[in-house]
Amino acid sequence: MTSSFFAEKEIYNGLLLSRTIILQELINFLMDYFLELLLGGLTKGSIYALIALGYTMVYGIIELINFAHGEIYMIGAFTALIAASILNMLGLGQITILILASILAIIYSSAYGFTMEKIAYKPLRHSPRLSPLISAIGMSIFFQNYVLLAQTSDFLPFPSLLPEFEFLQPYRHIIRSPEIFILFTTVVVMVLLTVLIKFTKVGKAMRATAQDRKMAMLVGVDVNKIISMTFVIGSSTAAIGGVLIASFIGQINFYIGFIAGIKAFTAAVLGGIGSIPGAVVGSLILGCTESFATGYVLSDYEDVFAFGLLVLILIFRPAGILGKSSSEKV
Amino acid sequence: MKKFRFAWLTKTLAISLALVFSTVFLSSCGKKEEKKAAKAVAPPIKIGVAGAHSGDLASYGIPTVKATELVVKKKNAAGGINGRQIEVLVQDDACKPEFATNAATKLIDDGANVVIGHICSGATKAALSIYKDGKIVTMSPSATNPPLTQSGDYPNFFRTIASDDAQARMEVDFALNTLKLKKIAIIHDKGDYGKGLAEFAREFLGQEKGAEVVLFEGVTPGGLDYSAIVKKIQENGADGVIFGGYHPEASKIVTAMKKKDINIPFISDDGVKDETFIKVAGEYAEGVYATGPKDTSKNPLTIQAIEEHKKAYNEDPGAFFLNAYSAALALVNAIEKSGSTDYDKIVAALRTEPVDTPLGSIKFDAKGDAIGVGFSVYQVQNGAYVEVQ
Amino acid sequence: MHIFEEIKKSTITAVWFVFLTFPIMVIRVNTIHKTIEWRWDNMIMVAVGSFALSFVWRYFMEHRQAPKPEAMGRGVPWIQNARQAIKHPVFFYSAIALLTVFAVIFPFIFSRYQVNIMTTALIYVMLGLGLNIVVGLAGLLDLGYVAFYAVGAYSYALLHLHYGLNFWICLPLGAGLAALFGIILGFPVLRLRGDYLAIVTLGFGEIIRLVLENWNEFSKGPSGIAEIPRPPIPGVELSLSESSVFLYFLVIILTLFTVFVVNRLRNSRIGRAWIALREDEIACQAMGVNKTATKLTAFALGATWAGMAGVIFAAKTTFINPASFTFLESAIILSIVVLGGMGSIVGVIASALILILLPEYLRAFSEYRMLLFGAVLVIMMVFRPQGLVSTVRQTYQFKGLKKDKEVG
Repeated sequence: MTSSFFAEKEIYNGLLLSRTIILQELINFLMDYFLELLLGGLTKGSIYALIALGYTMVYGIIELINFAHGEIYMIGAFTALIAASILNMLGLGQITILILASILAIIYSSAYGFTMEKIAYKPLRHSPRLSPLISAIGMSIFFQNYVLLAQTSDFLPFPSLLPEFEFLQPYRHIIRSPEIFILFTTVVVMVLLTVLIKFTKVGKAMRATAQDRKMAMLVGVDVNKIISMTFVIGSSTAAIGGVLIASFIGQINFYIGFIAGIKAFTAAVLGGIGSIPGAVVGSLILGCTESFATGYVLSDYEDVFAFGLLVLILIFRPAGILGKSSSEKV
Repeated sequence: MKKFRFAWLTKTLAISLALVFSTVFLSSCGKKEEKKAAKAVAPPIKIGVAGAHSGDLASYGIPTVKATELVVKKKNAAGGINGRQIEVLVQDDACKPEFATNAATKLIDDGANVVIGHICSGATKAALSIYKDGKIVTMSPSATNPPLTQSGDYPNFFRTIASDDAQARMEVDFALNTLKLKKIAIIHDKGDYGKGLAEFAREFLGQEKGAEVVLFEGVTPGGLDYSAIVKKIQENGADGVIFGGYHPEASKIVTAMKKKDINIPFISDDGVKDETFIKVAGEYAEGVYATGPKDTSKNPLTIQAIEEHKKAYNEDPGAFFLNAYSAALALVNAIEKSGSTDYDKIVAALRTEPVDTPLGSIKFDAKGDAIGVGFSVYQVQNGAYVEVQ
Repeated sequence: MHIFEEIKKSTITAVWFVFLTFPIMVIRVNTIHKTIEWRWDNMIMVAVGSFALSFVWRYFMEHRQAPKPEAMGRGVPWIQNARQAIKHPVFFYSAIALLTVFAVIFPFIFSRYQVNIMTTALIYVMLGLGLNIVVGLAGLLDLGYVAFYAVGAYSYALLHLHYGLNFWICLPLGAGLAALFGIILGFPVLRLRGDYLAIVTLGFGEIIRLVLENWNEFSKGPSGIAEIPRPPIPGVELSLSESSVFLYFLVIILTLFTVFVVNRLRNSRIGRAWIALREDEIACQAMGVNKTATKLTAFALGATWAGMAGVIFAAKTTFINPASFTFLESAIILSIVVLGGMGSIVGVIASALILILLPEYLRAFSEYRMLLFGAVLVIMMVFRPQGLVSTVRQTYQFKGLKKDKEVG
């Protein structure tokens, strides 16, 4: 881009075109820069969103900050990597590998989420609020070291499983197919989750459990089953995230879940924790803030900007952007 | 009654299982003790290995443990050092200063004779005063902070890696003289290693005429997407990038650059001159420059070390493996040549007795930096690092 | 019959875990050489291990003391008896005396490593007690507590570096600066509740760390500050091991001071206001408690101890860099408070000693150290969700009536 701009500028100078045209060109150029930063931010945001959705869902139902959610995402990515490598050796096509690896990742992530809930959270249903949080931190440390010991401490290359679309080739410096894929998946997952919660029977039971667990039980909701289900669904979205993100970034190791988890958590709170569209909105805003902070200010401080924005928004909207601030009855 | 029987049964089962476990555990411990006692004809020489073996930096610390164990295993099989077996004591510091001091005192208490470590410069600095007090030779495969050797504060410290300023000097010279770059973007990973190196690169570039630093920024390590910073590099019209940091970030930045069709030279350091970088970045790694120790790949010792690693762990070695392997060889050699574990004698031997290592034939100068580790610039060509200067 | 039932359950568990751990534990692919390594021995290990552990787990789950909110820790007779016994003066004072003797002779009978890790553990006791004010007493979930610890550590390091101030001056200065930061953090978050507060404090902690990391001119960036002197005694030259023993005693004294102050605070007017705030914010305001002042004092006083601990930390390690002040550190300190039992001083001390000394003693298991640590955290929470020592709510009994009558 830069070189073509300068080349054009020279031609313009040569032709002695008026200043305004150069100015116009400069504005176009800046807009181009802006647009690319925006797209980069949106991609980053939708990456956060894929993880934040699971976070916010679990939180919405049982009010637990599930710190081990990032680790579930990491395990999903590892399972996909292992599956993809084996399938690749069997000589299957790219699309088949993508689908099979994703399915396996979803199955295993859900299984891990389910088991984790049974071991670490279910016994703590009726205990003080912070106890499950600590057990979640313990789980997170456990899973990290489990994968570190059973697999490797090193970074592993992750094959790019996502297909490249032909028609996007002309625009490849602006946006590429994996990014479109991620953006698209985020929207689909968000819509599916919203439909699930708003319009299905299970969703109704989930909302009931979220509002009042005892009452839900009294009207015949199997609360244990609903909570397990929440974990399974949340973990599945994490697995989808794991496959897509790892394939986009191209490398994984046992620690990726922790970093991504904290960012996703921040995004979920920013959007109003417990709200599905909120998680996506929060993630996109967070991604764009980081992108613009890097582009226009200083990348050293991109996280400072991200957290600063969080503090600012929460000061003015204490329940996040789309969160409902409930006034407490006395 | 039913309830009672159930409880009784489970209780018995649980208790008996616990008993079985503890007996197995105790007996295995006991066996270990016995083994030690049987071997203890001459007291073993203890080599401590300290570094990050857990947490986010574990992938830089664990290869050192493996390298040391490989060297020691081989030496022990060959009869040990002057008939004495070698024992490896591994201590984790998670690259945190506070754990590093604990690990250091633990190693001293356990009777370590020499220490290989630590991995991060910060942790090394925190631990060194303790080793200095305990008169223990410490050799790091990866701590590159210049003052560690140059300040002269730590006479017990040695390293098998070049300091930040030496590498930065080389990178800058290469960028200016060979590649003739004019506008350079310096990127780092905000880490103690990467930022230190980047700072030196900026300083050296400031002294030279004919080139300017158009961008000096840090990226968040472990970040998910570096497209914004890559865009900014382009926006600032840089015709080359110097990166200070490790390979995970480097490969992400290189990939993002290539995907945006930004084809400008990317020059980096030892932390990137790692096989893992080529594996992870794949085709995007092509053309990347990195500084690193000279003639490693053709050195028969290198080939042998990597083969040993593959045989033992069924994977390629990780970061700083060769540096750690060399450090272990150098220390073993120094103990052997000096014929004792006495501090002064080991130091003297390290400074005078050259030893063949994967990094070349090395000994150490008065400050503790390795002499004989030549440095050169490599470029990735067809999936392998090739020496270009 | 029952034994078959039990075996069946365990078998199902074992099969489930074999399935669960299959891809991660058994398969290892080498993507470069395109080889797959099948580690079947791991599978057998998992099967046998989970089969056996499932018995143990179910046995203990069956006998787990169910956390009953109304009578936490009081329901079980032996705990009640133990409480009574501890309160008995003879037992109480002899226990105190024993502990004192042990603490005093500790550095002389154990090695330097033991003294060192004990000092670290005691620093964490201070941190735990400080955070206990914020989380345990005032009920404000703070995930960025480590920021104040960093403020303390860096104030000593920087003040020493630039102005040559010594440890004894920096100790109160560091504490004061941390308190100031506590108030700065406190202001914007006054309106926030629960988890929103948690994430803002987390963000605050990260911001402090990032600034320390990036602002080289101010903090020397990621390469950190080295050669920070250990606490000096004027006129006495200390060797390294003497100095660590001295530091140990200093930390003991400061810990005792912390315990004393926190204990007094808890029973003071402000302490009761904190507890009231924790229990019900609205009712508390209705009773006329100044919410702003109460919250801010909680943040400030909590931060003070972190600042003090930070100064000692800098003096102990003699080197600091931002890597010591990550979120994980905050999480560990929070675990200390929750595991100890929110609001309980004895509990926090016990859990700080456990959580900090445990990873050190787990060093024997080398690479399994952190794995076990994570597991222990989960297991302790599952079996004692209310913490090691659950606090008994303070009750006041009116005893003065009889006397009054006599006078009247």
